[in-house]
Amino acid sequence: MNKDMKILVVDDFSTMRRIIKNLLRDLGFTNTTDADDGSTALPMLQGGNFDFLVTDWNMPGMTGIDLLKAVRADPNLASLPVLMVTAEQKREQIVEAAQAGVNGYIVKPFTAVTLKEKIDKIFERIESENA
Amino acid sequence: MTNNSDVNNETLERAREYVKQLELGNSKQADLVLGELTEVRESQLFNELGRLTRDFHEAINAFNTDDRMASMASDEIPDARERLTYVITKTDAAAHTTLNAVETALPICESMDKTLADLNEAWEKFLSKEMGAAEFRKLSATMHKFFSTSTDDLTAVKANLTEILMAQDFQDITGQIIKRVITLVSEVEKSLVELVRLGSGLKLPTLESDTDTKKEEKESEKSAKAAMNLEGPQVPGLESDSIVNSQDDVDDLLSSLGF
Repeated sequence: MNKDMKILVVDDFSTMRRIIKNLLRDLGFTNTTDADDGSTALPMLQGGNFDFLVTDWNMPGMTGIDLLKAVRADPNLASLPVLMVTAEQKREQIVEAAQAGVNGYIVKPFTAVTLKEKIDKIFERIESENA
Repeated sequence: MTNNSDVNNETLERAREYVKQLELGNSKQADLVLGELTEVRESQLFNELGRLTRDFHEAINAFNTDDRMASMASDEIPDARERLTYVITKTDAAAHTTLNAVETALPICESMDKTLADLNEAWEKFLSKEMGAAEFRKLSATMHKFFSTSTDDLTAVKANLTEILMAQDFQDITGQIIKRVITLVSEVEKSLVELVRLGSGLKLPTLESDTDTKKEEKESEKSAKAAMNLEGPQVPGLESDSIVNSQDDVDDLLSSLGF
C-alpha cells in the first residue's frame, strides 16, 4: 500500500473530518484533503488524481451514497476505492451501499483499529486483484 | 366594509324612526321600531358567534385529522426527549474519556520532565569534570533506564492522545441527533402557528412571507426532510427495526454479499 496516496475525506462535520485525517496521519497517510459534502467533493475528485475516498453518508447537498453512485458512473473515477464511514446502520442501507459499489463500510462510532483494518483489507483486495 | 356601513345605515334609520315615533307620541309604533333595532343587533351577534363556532370547529377538526400533529405529540416529542437525554449521556462520556486520558498522560509527562531535569543536572556535572567514577556509573545506569522507559511512556502518552482524538466523535453523533430535534421543533412551531391562525381567524404573517425566503425555506426544508428520511445515529431504546448492532454485524452482512 502506497502511504503517499492522495486521500479525500468527506463529512459535513469538521470535527469528524479532523478525527479521520488525524487517524490517517497516525497510520502514515499524510496526503489528505477534505470536503464538506458530495457536491464539493465530486469536482475535487474529477480534477484531483485522488487514490482513495472516505465519505460520510448523511450530508446536506449531495449525500455520500449519491457521491458513490456519481463516482462509479464516471469512467475516470469508476475504479476509485471508496470507504463509507457513517452513523447509518440500517441493513437495507448497507446493502444499497454494497450494490452501489462501496469497498468498505464502517459504522460510527468507530475505533482507530477498525479504520486501519478496513483500509488494509480494501488495499489487500485491490492488490490481489491486480496481481 | 360596505356590508358594515349598510348595517349601520339601517340601524341609524331605525333609530331616527324610533325618536320620530316617540316625539309623535306613538308609543306602540316606537316599541315596534325598538324591537326591530334589537333584532338587527342580535342577528349581528349571532352571525359573529356562528363564524367563531365554525372557525373553532375547523380548528379542532384540523387538529384531530392532522396525523403529523398526532404523531408528533404521541411519538416524536417523547422520542426527542430520549434523544436529547442521549446527547447528555454522550457528551458526558466524551468529557470523562478526555479528562481521564489527560489525567493519565499528565503524570507521565511530569515524571519524564523530572527525570530529564535530574539527568541534565548530572550531565552538566559530568561535562565540567566534577563527577567521580562511582557517580558516573550511577548516571549511566539512570540514562540506560530512562531510554527504555521513555519509549513506553511516549507510547502511553500517544495512546491517550488518540483516545482524546476519538472521544471528539461525540460532536458528530450528537450534532446529527440535535439537528433532528431542531427539525421537529420547527415543525411543531409551524403546526402551532397554523392552529392559532385557524382558531383566531387572523392572518399571521409568518406563513405568508415573501417568495424569496419562502423558496429558500423550501430548499432547506427539502434537505432537512431528506436528512430526516435517513435513520441517523441510533439512540438506545429508540433503535429502529432492521439495524445492525455493531461493526461485526456490518462485516457479516457485507461478507454474505460477497465482500
